[in-house]
Amino acid sequence: MALLQIDNLTVEFETATGWFRAVDGVSITVEKGEVLAIVGESGSGKSVSMLAVMGLLPWTAKITADRMLFEGKDFQKLSPADRRKLIGKDIAMIFQEPVASLNPCFTVGFQIEEVLRIHLGLDRQARRARAIELFKLVGLPDPAERLNSFPHQMSGGQCQRVMIAIAIACDPKLLIADEPTTALDVTIQKQILDLIMDLQTRTGMGLIMITHDMGVVAETADRVVVQYKGRKMEEADVLSLFENPKSNYTKALLAALPENATGDRLTTVSAFFDGNPDQVSGVNA
Amino acid sequence: MTDMTNTDIMLEVRDIKRDYELPAGFMKPKKTVHAVKGVSFKLERGKTLAIVGESGCGKSTLARMITFIDEPTAGELIIDGQKMDTRPGHLTSEMRQKVQIVFQNPYGSLNPRQKIGDVLGEPLAINTSMPASERRDRATEMLIKVGLGPEHYNRYPHMFSGGQRQRIAIARALMMNPKLLVLDEPVSALDLSVQAQVLNLLADLQDEFNLTYVFISHDLSVVRYIADEVMVMYFGEAVEYGTREEVFSAPKHEYTQTLFKATPRADVESIRARIAKKKAASAA
Repeated sequence: MALLQIDNLTVEFETATGWFRAVDGVSITVEKGEVLAIVGESGSGKSVSMLAVMGLLPWTAKITADRMLFEGKDFQKLSPADRRKLIGKDIAMIFQEPVASLNPCFTVGFQIEEVLRIHLGLDRQARRARAIELFKLVGLPDPAERLNSFPHQMSGGQCQRVMIAIAIACDPKLLIADEPTTALDVTIQKQILDLIMDLQTRTGMGLIMITHDMGVVAETADRVVVQYKGRKMEEADVLSLFENPKSNYTKALLAALPENATGDRLTTVSAFFDGNPDQVSGVNA
Repeated sequence: MTDMTNTDIMLEVRDIKRDYELPAGFMKPKKTVHAVKGVSFKLERGKTLAIVGESGCGKSTLARMITFIDEPTAGELIIDGQKMDTRPGHLTSEMRQKVQIVFQNPYGSLNPRQKIGDVLGEPLAINTSMPASERRDRATEMLIKVGLGPEHYNRYPHMFSGGQRQRIAIARALMMNPKLLVLDEPVSALDLSVQAQVLNLLADLQDEFNLTYVFISHDLSVVRYIADEVMVMYFGEAVEYGTREEVFSAPKHEYTQTLFKATPRADVESIRARIAKKKAASAA
């Protein structure tokens, strides 16, 4: 049984000019211990589809799917209360802007202990001990001291470490990382990616890495889903995607990488692809 | 350095420094931050110098000094063979016209209440006595040059995508026919495919107007593609400076080596190596 199985997910938002389809019939599966990367540019629906899984979209969004199974349980049939018990515990998410995702009014210690209290029901001392243990695990220096810090007193990389600590606090089975390193410097990005991958191997959790950076995909993923304008363009294991991309859109993306430049101009997407997702022979189209 | 007699130097920076003073507070003495601690370089006309470094290393402060937004605390700035008097009030508009800047965030650098035509016409209205009709023609011409159309003249910034806005920002910077263009992370906020288009546009414009670029970036793959010379900054100092080939093939400074190691690699060999390593680890 797959850890997460989503079939034919569609997400729509109502706009002044009618319904806008942000995610259009996307199917995704993640096995236990697998690292799946979802790549796409802005507007490809990569974040929205995962926010739909987490139940974090506003009520105005219309979400339909044939199946949204997590360990065999269908999210669509669960009551909101039952679903909330899973979210944050068995499925956790890390967001792009670490400083903005933390509450500026509370210490980071309070914010991580809140998770432990709600999901695990630990008492005060056990919470504190576990929080220190988690901070140590994500490589924050001086963990006991750090619990009393507010987010603005920490750097972006440290805040992202706190976010990761909160996400893995209840030993999730699936971690969704939404552009976890986009806002960080290259050297810090390396540290954070190493940390996430290290935790993934150690705990054997499933990992969905949402990113627009082909370099991050190449460094982390087992399998890759390429999305464009809400559609799935291609799905392949990481090596065959880079070696032998099937869809025109993936070819275009790889050609646009500056390190793949031939001659003195870069190949632009339009050389492969006129921007119409229907034209691409995607796996799911 | 190379033979100086017949090279055409566009920009020369000699031991430039910039300190910021943090005011004293209650129980807190006055503190001086040395943002740029003495940087020197020379840049030939028509070439591109890329400045690399992480946030807080002083690369944007350096850009602000070159474009006269900030006054250097010490050091000399020589542009087009002319020593710049950077004291406030001593810069002529003619000097300012030679250097223009494009900022990182195309959403923040355009006035949301100003039409694109006015954005492009404003530098001409301020610096020249050109009649309105001629300004309009020049702006339309420039729109076409950067890959937009005359129909965009009367539109507002919110009607454009990020890539188009960056084209507008580039067009605005080129209105006064500058010789030196400072690009502060011009493609960091853009998608991969749009990034390729904007980089190509910059290369085309450099060929057409023989522009000199100071290109600030943290993305080493972009730098490797666009730069002739590379400077790596770390805590306000230039720790590495040389031609692209020198820096990329044999980085000398420890920090540059760390930076190269940290950059994700998207080639097939490194993926193969990673997968093999992972298999070995899981088998053990």
